[in-house]
Amino acid sequence: MKMDNNKKLLMGNEAMGRGLVEAGCTLVSAYPGTPSSEILGAVVASRNAAPAGIHLEWSINEKVAFETALAHSYTGKRAAVIMKQVGLNVAADPFTRSTYLGVKGGFVVVAADDPGPHSSQTEQDTRLFAMFAKAPVFDPSSPAEAREMVAQAFELSEKYELPVILRPTTRICHSRQLISSREPIKLERQADFEKNPGRWVATPAFLTGLHHDLNKKLAAISAEEGLEPVMAIAGHEPDYDHPCLIASGMAFANVFDLLEELDMLDKVDLYQVKIPFPLNKKFCHKIRENYSKILILEETDSVMEMQLAAHHAHGRLSAHVPGQGELTPDIIYAILLDFFALSRPEAETGAPPARGRRPSLCPGCPHRASFFAIKKTFPKGIFPSDIGCYTLGMNLGAVDTCHCMGACISQGAGFYHSYAHDGDDYPSIVVTIGDSTFFHAGIPALINAVIQKARIIVTILDNSTTAMTGQQPTPENGILADGSPGNRVFISDIVKACGVGFLREGDPYDLETFSGLLKEADNFSRTEGGVAVIIARHPCLMDKRNPTKHKRVVMTISSDCVGCGICVNQFECPAIMFDEDEKKASIDHTLCVDCGVCEQVCPTGSISKKEGGK
Amino acid sequence: MKQQIIISGMGGQGILFLTRIIAGAAMEMGLEVMTSETHGMAQRGGSVISFIKAGSFHSPLIRQGRGNAGLFLHSRNLEVHQGLLKPDADFFVNSSAPCRYPHIDATGLAEELGSPVLANLILLGYALKQGLFCSREAVKNSIKNLSREQFVEANLAALERGVK
Repeated sequence: MKMDNNKKLLMGNEAMGRGLVEAGCTLVSAYPGTPSSEILGAVVASRNAAPAGIHLEWSINEKVAFETALAHSYTGKRAAVIMKQVGLNVAADPFTRSTYLGVKGGFVVVAADDPGPHSSQTEQDTRLFAMFAKAPVFDPSSPAEAREMVAQAFELSEKYELPVILRPTTRICHSRQLISSREPIKLERQADFEKNPGRWVATPAFLTGLHHDLNKKLAAISAEEGLEPVMAIAGHEPDYDHPCLIASGMAFANVFDLLEELDMLDKVDLYQVKIPFPLNKKFCHKIRENYSKILILEETDSVMEMQLAAHHAHGRLSAHVPGQGELTPDIIYAILLDFFALSRPEAETGAPPARGRRPSLCPGCPHRASFFAIKKTFPKGIFPSDIGCYTLGMNLGAVDTCHCMGACISQGAGFYHSYAHDGDDYPSIVVTIGDSTFFHAGIPALINAVIQKARIIVTILDNSTTAMTGQQPTPENGILADGSPGNRVFISDIVKACGVGFLREGDPYDLETFSGLLKEADNFSRTEGGVAVIIARHPCLMDKRNPTKHKRVVMTISSDCVGCGICVNQFECPAIMFDEDEKKASIDHTLCVDCGVCEQVCPTGSISKKEGGK
Repeated sequence: MKQQIIISGMGGQGILFLTRIIAGAAMEMGLEVMTSETHGMAQRGGSVISFIKAGSFHSPLIRQGRGNAGLFLHSRNLEVHQGLLKPDADFFVNSSAPCRYPHIDATGLAEELGSPVLANLILLGYALKQGLFCSREAVKNSIKNLSREQFVEANLAALERGVK
């Protein structure tokens, strides 16, 4: 038997990207962030199938991405904006007002949550944020469903003139499923912005009225017949004597498989909720009034549970479901055993998963050289850092804080003002921020630090790409999302324009010269008083666009190695191994990329260029 | 048929590619298939895991003690991920040192072939020989479909090296 040839094994992110093209969307803006990063790439990949063409952009941050897409919708065309959940915090300002003013062309916000979290600074629930901002939200349980929901979200958005959220989670984004592609719909819309100051300008005088209209729209959506949650198994009729299970998103997929495994699918009433906010009113009433035994499974907060307001229901609020964390099959299994009062089979006491090896900066990563130099130059320094691969500088003891995009510069200034308040003997404060993060939210913080005379060193780690999320271009690259050339904006120009009095650039691979720049910056900051900026420039080795392939320097470690462990512990290169018995370091040449930086790290000169090396 | 497979290794070892090859092979055999992958920071050399579920499932995730087979590209991950497998599951381990599960020095053989990154396909070849659920023909087709053209031959050769 052969599968339908049109079906492809698509990742959830690819499925949603494809869905955006098929739904006739003509503008997609995004800022990369795990787990959402691959969606825009999928739109780029299938953009040629779009009859009307699509404007695609990696915007500078989520707020800008949101506002750009929103105005596109004002002209009557379909638009989408894509981000990870914490990106919606950055876009919170335009988002919360957009529900009051509404939209014209369909407007879909894809905000990908990360219960667990696997790769985020919080595990906040975008559905709860949607409830706060009063935006309808779809919660897909599979990649295929996520693709279907893109079109449904556009239709709902246009019917009610509201922004609609599509909230996949990491497990949807990064799962693959067989999905067949469809022909994109042809909408043939011309941009037509209808001026209406009472709505699009909406001074406070108009807002109570708009808020009233918004409430009416939500009431109408929660009363729509077709949107009422139904039983998960087609043909099943409700049996109010059954235990009732209500689930949405990935928790639904997990509980379905577990009920099948327990042979209980016929013994329960299982409902899937596809729109957890606003939850269908009739459904809430039916559940609350008829079932005596109810279990609610949702990630990552209690959105359905709050709206159902069934005080006898088991859920996160009743503490029958953990109040935090991903609802993995193992967690749900334990919840089900408890809910059905079943005992765990004896054989199932397998060891819980141990902690695996921690991630580290890649061999040859220029950030490693920067961090080593910073830590060595300022052994007593304070090191605020930020979000990206370079957060892994914590392994080298050169990252002391990481908070949210761009926070390191403001936090650095905050540290300075606190220590300076106590006297002149303040520690050197060396901030590290990646190039993409600097563009995203670092610039206002830098201007503020300059104005407030913060004596800090800001090291911009410029590897000329957005490395962590898959090598998206930065504004300095001058490359647009579809690969075509755009205009370039230079970090050094911005730094100067921010009023910074000290700016140097250097390659961190040259540890000695780079350490000299750090000392020079410290001296300036302390004597002249102010922010000193160093741009640490060396391209990411993982970036396929990387134009300057570094010179290969094959290294070897001689028998003179005294086993001090500096190359392993303080430089933390994954390509250097340490033999605990022999007390000697050696190089794993399958991992080593021949960057040659370790030669400058070894205090005994035991690491040197290999004779006759490449 | 229902099969739940885990692929475990360190970021950079080609776990995602191996996952897609096996899922593609399941497709070739006419099975429904879902996978789940690790992306983001963990890919920077940390422990990573992928799941493949072939047959009729709703979720791509695997519960502790339910996996039918595991391919371990790094023996150090055995203690991390072996609990996901059934007690009688099939283990296929890349290890140059003695190991209590069926193993092959896939990295060593890959170096002999001149490319350490091929260890993933050598381990797959070994797993096929030892009874992994998919057919060799299906895996070969999957490799042809998913490899970049210039790597098809080397990838097929690596698979054969593991089968041998």
